[in-house]
Amino acid sequence: MILEGKKAIWNDYQKEIADDKYYYVRSCVRQNFFPGSETAFLKIMREELKKEVYEHPCHTSCTGIGYHSDIVPVETTMTVVARQFAIMTEAGYENLVPSCITSFGLYTEILDTWHHFPEVEKKIRLQLKKATGREFKKPKNLAHASDVIYKFRKEIAAKAKYKLINKKTGEPLKVVDHIGCHYAKMFPSKGVGGAEYPYVLAGMIEEWGGKIIDYPERRHCCGFGFRQYLVQANRGFSIACSKEKFESMEPFKPDMIITNCPGCPMFLDRWQYVINEMEGKRYGQNGEGIPVFTYEEVAGLVLGYDPWELGLQMHQTDCEPVLDKIGVDYSPEDKYNLEIIPSFSEKHNLINV
Amino acid sequence: MSKHVVVIGGGVAGLEVAGQLSKAGIEVSVIEKEINTGGHLNNWYRLFPDRRDSSEVKEYLDGMTHNHGINLLTNTTIEVFKRNTSHFLITTNGGKELTADAIIIATGFDLFKSSRKEEYGYGIYDNVITSVDLEKMFRKGKIALTNQTVPETIGIIHCVGSRDEKVGNFYCSKLCCVTAVKQAIEIREFLPDSKVFCFYMDMRMGGAFYEELYREAQEKWGVNFIRGKVSEASETIENKLLIKVEDTLAGRPLKMKLDMLVLMAGMEMSEDGEKIAGIVGLKTGENRFFAATDNLIGSNRSNIDGVFYAGSCTAPMNIPETISHARAAVVEVIDYLNDGIR
Repeated sequence: MILEGKKAIWNDYQKEIADDKYYYVRSCVRQNFFPGSETAFLKIMREELKKEVYEHPCHTSCTGIGYHSDIVPVETTMTVVARQFAIMTEAGYENLVPSCITSFGLYTEILDTWHHFPEVEKKIRLQLKKATGREFKKPKNLAHASDVIYKFRKEIAAKAKYKLINKKTGEPLKVVDHIGCHYAKMFPSKGVGGAEYPYVLAGMIEEWGGKIIDYPERRHCCGFGFRQYLVQANRGFSIACSKEKFESMEPFKPDMIITNCPGCPMFLDRWQYVINEMEGKRYGQNGEGIPVFTYEEVAGLVLGYDPWELGLQMHQTDCEPVLDKIGVDYSPEDKYNLEIIPSFSEKHNLINV
Repeated sequence: MSKHVVVIGGGVAGLEVAGQLSKAGIEVSVIEKEINTGGHLNNWYRLFPDRRDSSEVKEYLDGMTHNHGINLLTNTTIEVFKRNTSHFLITTNGGKELTADAIIIATGFDLFKSSRKEEYGYGIYDNVITSVDLEKMFRKGKIALTNQTVPETIGIIHCVGSRDEKVGNFYCSKLCCVTAVKQAIEIREFLPDSKVFCFYMDMRMGGAFYEELYREAQEKWGVNFIRGKVSEASETIENKLLIKVEDTLAGRPLKMKLDMLVLMAGMEMSEDGEKIAGIVGLKTGENRFFAATDNLIGSNRSNIDGVFYAGSCTAPMNIPETISHARAAVVEVIDYLNDGIR
């Protein structure tokens, strides 16, 4: 592999990411899947980086899952998204930061559609006005939350307590980066590094001491792919997708997986457990699984946050092998101490409304 | 008084035009940006369909220019282009001023930059090469991987940068299919134990003796042709290339491990041609090549009187087509110089 070739492509795909005053919109599912991640994002942005991040209680689902499952018509989706823009406008913000990859992809797709078909935008504005009396400005800057962490990766590295380095061997941890399909595959120019060799997570890993693995099925879907999972009869296909990825990455002996999508860490994490139950097969080293993390969790670990405050006990594939390699100071007996998680957002005063 | 024609471009078309005009008694200057004339011909080993050594064609073209007293300005580009009532005034990058009665544009083509098809990994994965890289290996007499071992399985991808909406090129480059067939045969000649797979959308064997070459590749050389576009290439831990392709005849997806992947880069309007179009005020077409005023009976004529086109600056062409187009341009120029219109 020729790194210079990748760097040339990365240079071609740089995007503008706002510097401050973010309007943050949460994912429908992430708080269930990985409950500490969005909270960690807020803590990092507000407390570590001293940035202004605002959340609005009236924000709803973007309907992305329904849209991609052909349940919600596109005009309805656009009008719902127009309402999201309207409440952002009313709150006085213009830098939109979705937590969810599908929301990010959907907002990007809608803004692009309106750019090419202004008559559609006009129609949606009218529909929103009739339905809610609201008007909106389009976001000045749209960046996924992983773009924002990528932007401040060096600042995070400067404050880091740990590096993604095997404490015993001194070697960088070998990290698989898995990018949500809706991040850049639809609009390569909207993703850091483009669609074929995305840099958004690779940049974080490099900066925090790890080493990215380029394995053959790197671009393959994690197995969520809404129709694969939402239709019960297709779930075999879902796990087959994940299995294909695990088998492809296994020879490279990855220490961990990092993701930036709501569904990907869920499926890459949970299906490892299922495959082990079905076939007795684990893909990590020493008979273990390959721990799967969100980028906020990895940033939080690097910054020295307590793993259980980050919600890592919610992972089905145990994350301890990575904690031990990094040398994280953690308390095994507190893993299931339920008093820790509720205190996290309150302790750090992360609720703004 | 002798007329003076300036030819911009010293490739196949430019040299043929220059030679023929000179033979007709017209004073000719050729402006070539590179140190050597010959253009893309210099990168090729053997030429389809009869596998003649490219140096023989180069020799013919050099003979045309050397034997007829042509003013050859290599390592030269155009900085300023002006027209007065009857002449064109050109200033070169070296400050040289030329006065011409007519201009022939013969800026040729650029090969598609294969790194733009990011999914194939050119410039990223070690053993992904282009058709030009392979020609260089042929010329050296050795086909080798980056670790200097001999490849056993080689894939050839057709239509790289051609008929591809994603890169903005809707047109067919015409020559890549036959180049793939020729190179597949040559690989088998060099490496008799190798296996060669060509991945194509359609086999467009429209030139004289192309279909025969295609048949020979299959029957004599056992080259495998798979109809399907490769979607992506990646590198395995053994440093092999894993490709994904849909075999559209079998109706199923296919994964294959290869030692080497050769990309049949298509043809695009040259960057220098685009600059000249801007400097001179020439129109370009939807395909970004120079636009002729009439695609049927005036493919050498431009939107400016006295400026003509020759060769693949107007569309992808093979060598015989380029030579024919160049000779047609000569007729147009002589006609123009005689009656002053066109």
